[in-house]
Amino acid sequence: MNFLIGAFKPACNISITFSDGKSRKQVPMKKENGKTIMVSLFQSKESIAGKVSIEPLQGKKIEHLGVKVELLGQIEMYFDRGNFYDFTSLVRELDVPGDIYERKTYPFEFSTVEMPYETYNGANLRLRYVLKVTVSRNYGGSIVEYQDFIVRNYSPPPSINNSIKMEVGIEDCLHIEFEYNKSKYHLKDVIIGKIYFLLVRIKIKNMDLEIRRRESTGSGANTHVETETLAKFELMDGAPVRGESIPIRLFLSPYELTPTYRNINNKFSVKYYLNLVLVDEEDRRYFKQQEIAIYRQQDS
Amino acid sequence: MLNGTEDEEKWLAEGIAGIQHNAFYMHRALDSNNLREALKYSAQMLSELRTSKLSPRKYYELYMRAFDELKRLELFFKDDSKHGVSVVDLYELVQHAGNILPRLYLLCTVGSIYIKSKEAPAKEVLKDLVEMCRGVQHPIRGLFLRSYLAQISRDKLPDIGSEYEGDADTVMDAVDFVLQNFTEMNKLWVRMQHQGPGRVREKREKERSELQDLVGKNLHVLSQIEGVDLEMYKETVLPRVLEQVVNCKDDLAQYYLMDCIIQVFPDEYHLQTLETLLGACPQLQPTVDVKTVLSRLMDRLSNYATSSADVLPEFLQVEAFSKLSNAIGKVIEAQVDMPAVGAITLYVSLLTFTLRVHPDRLDHVDQVLGACVKKLSNIPKLEDSRAMKQVVALLSAPLEKYNDIVTALTLSNYPRVMDHLDIGTNKLMAMVIIQSIMKNNSCISTADKVEVLFELIKGLIKDTDGADVDELDEEDFKEEQNSVARLIHMLYNDEPEEMLKIICIVRKHTMVGGPKRLPFTVSSLVFSALRLLRQLQGQEGDIVGEEASMTPNKIFQLLTQIIESLSAVPSPELALRLYLQCAEAANGCDIEHVAYEFFTQAFVLYEEEIADSKAQVTAIHLIIGTLQRMNVFGVENRDTLTHKATGYSARLLKKADQCRAVYACSHLFWVDDQDGIKDGERVLLCLKRALRIANAAQQMANVARGSGGPVSLFVEILNKYIYFFEKGNKQITSSAIQGLIEFINTEMQSDSTNPDSVADAFLASTLRYIQFQKQKGGVVGEKFESIKL
Repeated sequence: MNFLIGAFKPACNISITFSDGKSRKQVPMKKENGKTIMVSLFQSKESIAGKVSIEPLQGKKIEHLGVKVELLGQIEMYFDRGNFYDFTSLVRELDVPGDIYERKTYPFEFSTVEMPYETYNGANLRLRYVLKVTVSRNYGGSIVEYQDFIVRNYSPPPSINNSIKMEVGIEDCLHIEFEYNKSKYHLKDVIIGKIYFLLVRIKIKNMDLEIRRRESTGSGANTHVETETLAKFELMDGAPVRGESIPIRLFLSPYELTPTYRNINNKFSVKYYLNLVLVDEEDRRYFKQQEIAIYRQQDS
Repeated sequence: MLNGTEDEEKWLAEGIAGIQHNAFYMHRALDSNNLREALKYSAQMLSELRTSKLSPRKYYELYMRAFDELKRLELFFKDDSKHGVSVVDLYELVQHAGNILPRLYLLCTVGSIYIKSKEAPAKEVLKDLVEMCRGVQHPIRGLFLRSYLAQISRDKLPDIGSEYEGDADTVMDAVDFVLQNFTEMNKLWVRMQHQGPGRVREKREKERSELQDLVGKNLHVLSQIEGVDLEMYKETVLPRVLEQVVNCKDDLAQYYLMDCIIQVFPDEYHLQTLETLLGACPQLQPTVDVKTVLSRLMDRLSNYATSSADVLPEFLQVEAFSKLSNAIGKVIEAQVDMPAVGAITLYVSLLTFTLRVHPDRLDHVDQVLGACVKKLSNIPKLEDSRAMKQVVALLSAPLEKYNDIVTALTLSNYPRVMDHLDIGTNKLMAMVIIQSIMKNNSCISTADKVEVLFELIKGLIKDTDGADVDELDEEDFKEEQNSVARLIHMLYNDEPEEMLKIICIVRKHTMVGGPKRLPFTVSSLVFSALRLLRQLQGQEGDIVGEEASMTPNKIFQLLTQIIESLSAVPSPELALRLYLQCAEAANGCDIEHVAYEFFTQAFVLYEEEIADSKAQVTAIHLIIGTLQRMNVFGVENRDTLTHKATGYSARLLKKADQCRAVYACSHLFWVDDQDGIKDGERVLLCLKRALRIANAAQQMANVARGSGGPVSLFVEILNKYIYFFEKGNKQITSSAIQGLIEFINTEMQSDSTNPDSVADAFLASTLRYIQFQKQKGGVVGEKFESIKL
């Protein structure tokens, strides 16, 4: 089909615009070809309204079997590229079969659309929202146009947000107690905490705090996990002695994080971990990983 | 590690190159107001400071390079028109840096601007900075980072009168901040010693001391804070600093910091917090050189005390002395292993302190000495020469201060300290004491003090048990004993009664000195007693009767005993001279039998003890000389003595000596006084006898050597003739003189006589004298006119 499209010039130009496109917030989106474009940002339960205009090429008419616009929420697994799984699919019929001679504009609206999942570009999959306009034809194939948009959902601050506090160690070697002030952080949050050294018998060279993203896809035996270190933040330089306490202050804003996603449509999960790593003089690593939840807080 | 320094140079060069490289890009970013790039390159530049390869000295070089660059960066940060970011945001922005060291340097830099902007209370920012710096636990890197923090915050502390002081910011916050930074720096510094392998310990200690000033700077900053008044120093600053010092349990740090405290804070603070400061001393590590620390403290305090008289009451008020004294006691007690020298050094300092601060409190001095005695008595034998030196210093201090041994003599513990010195040092100290007396010309005037004094210098007075006599240096010994002899002359009291006591005490002490010392001391003692005699005579009129116990006779008895002691030496020549001196004194006192007795003793000595012919000659001339001056003797006694003297003269070994002695005896019969004896006949007899002996000598010389003997003898006799002739001895006639001159001339011209220029000259001048007298005219001229030359 691509071949056919390539062989013939498209019979018309289709453009999709949002009715509040000028005022709506635009955010960058990375396309498959590596280019970054700005696209409109929505959140769940917003109404998505706009116009589709179809303009046939000069002097041509388009015979069609109907025009429709679809709102699709899709998950694409990279091992199965090109094969989209639609978890949301809404359709608006814009026109009955007929001919279009000149530019024609159709308003459309999907009101209060449930878009529970956020747009996500991961290591092994992506989740996207797209408007798809189809001009169905008998011959020459249908004419299709897409318009991406991004969905981000905000969460209220969690009512319970306990600190993470833990004592870990290797017997007679190293005992530390660490504390992160919360277990749930928003994307622009700051991790405050401290590490308290109860026993140090190894020669520590330095200590880092890593933010790791764990993306798991599939389920059961087919689960595929991809872990990525997004931040490596040096907390301590040199060897502490017993009784020393080292402060932690890590700003999350510089890192490209997403909220934690749990079992999205039974397809995937994205979780975040704080990994405390101690490196000794022989470059041995001692670490302790703790999950933190990340949520998107409405900008105030 | 052979090329350790070479490698280090290389690493340093690489580091500097890295800094320059990134600084270049940073400058470009600054010029184009590109904050993002500026942050990026400054962080990269600061990453060069993450090296572990450099020694502190080299690291410092690197640090200074970065420091200069940070100053430029700070200017840029300060000007938000250039980068358009508020200081609050900037404060967050720099914290995004992934590496901690660059992050914290940048944070401190922005922090200083943050404080300046006053958008947040200074104390909050300072507190945050000092807390965040905990992340650097590497000693060298941490020390330099915190030093940077101290540097940039110095002028931004919320001190009293500072622009950063406000409702929320008090001087207490400033103090808290500096104290915390100090504490952390000290911890890092102390920890340095545990880094790396044990074998390079020495090198590491050296490196550590290179870094000490970084730590000490905090204390300096504290002392500069206006708001740290006595109250705050007492309640907060000192206790917290000391807590850190004590708890760090590191000798190097403890020593340095104690010293630092003492040096940077004002004296009056020390005085008012003496107890606290001193309380820390016994808690220091046993290897800490507490004595130096305390010594410096005491030095400072005593300087303070001498700086102004107004502060002295303060010293009394806080009982500085007893506190110091207690502290020293505790330190010595706590540090069992402290060598004696340490303890004594401490006492020396304390003594110096009290001498300067409370010069009037002799009891303090005595107390210090007492404590020292106590310490010394726990040590079986003091063998450390340095300790000895300190003891000497301890004992010398009061002497120097009071310039008066008399004061020292009232210190009961003084001799007890001296007892602990080894023999050599004891002598040395005794010499010091004597020299002090000499220098200050101090007169010891009571018997009690003399008693104490001799107790002090007993090392010189008698042989100490176990002393190795062979090792004595002859010259030193002489010098010592001469000093003792000189000392005896310094003991004087106008009251004869007391003076006698003094003499008796000196005698008691010197008598045990043994044969080697007696010759030195006895003569001093004798002359001292003779002086007393003269003194008595001077006052005779007033005291006769009431002072029945004090008679010249008694003194003469004493003198006899003293001189007799020389028989043990034996030193007959000296004894003989002393007897003659006494005889002369007895003559002065008009006590004939005593004078006679002394002469008897002298003659006995001559007969029994003086065997050496040369000594005999000297002795006989002495006897003759003394006897000639005696006027106390009655005819009988005088005859006996003169007879003896002439007899001995004639029995000398050498003819020449005989001759000279005999003509000397002629004077015994002609005393040129108003009522002196003038027995011309016996004078002539003596002279004739002398001539005979001279003749005999001449002949003996002829026989023995085939040449004439000394003509000079005749010339000498001629001179005697002329003397008596001039004095009016009728028995000496001009013709006799003329005959003698002729005889001499003949002798001189005879072939057998060796030409003797001395004798010729002698004769010539004698003849010139006669000529001169002739020309004088008058009675004398007439008299001499009869001599024909």
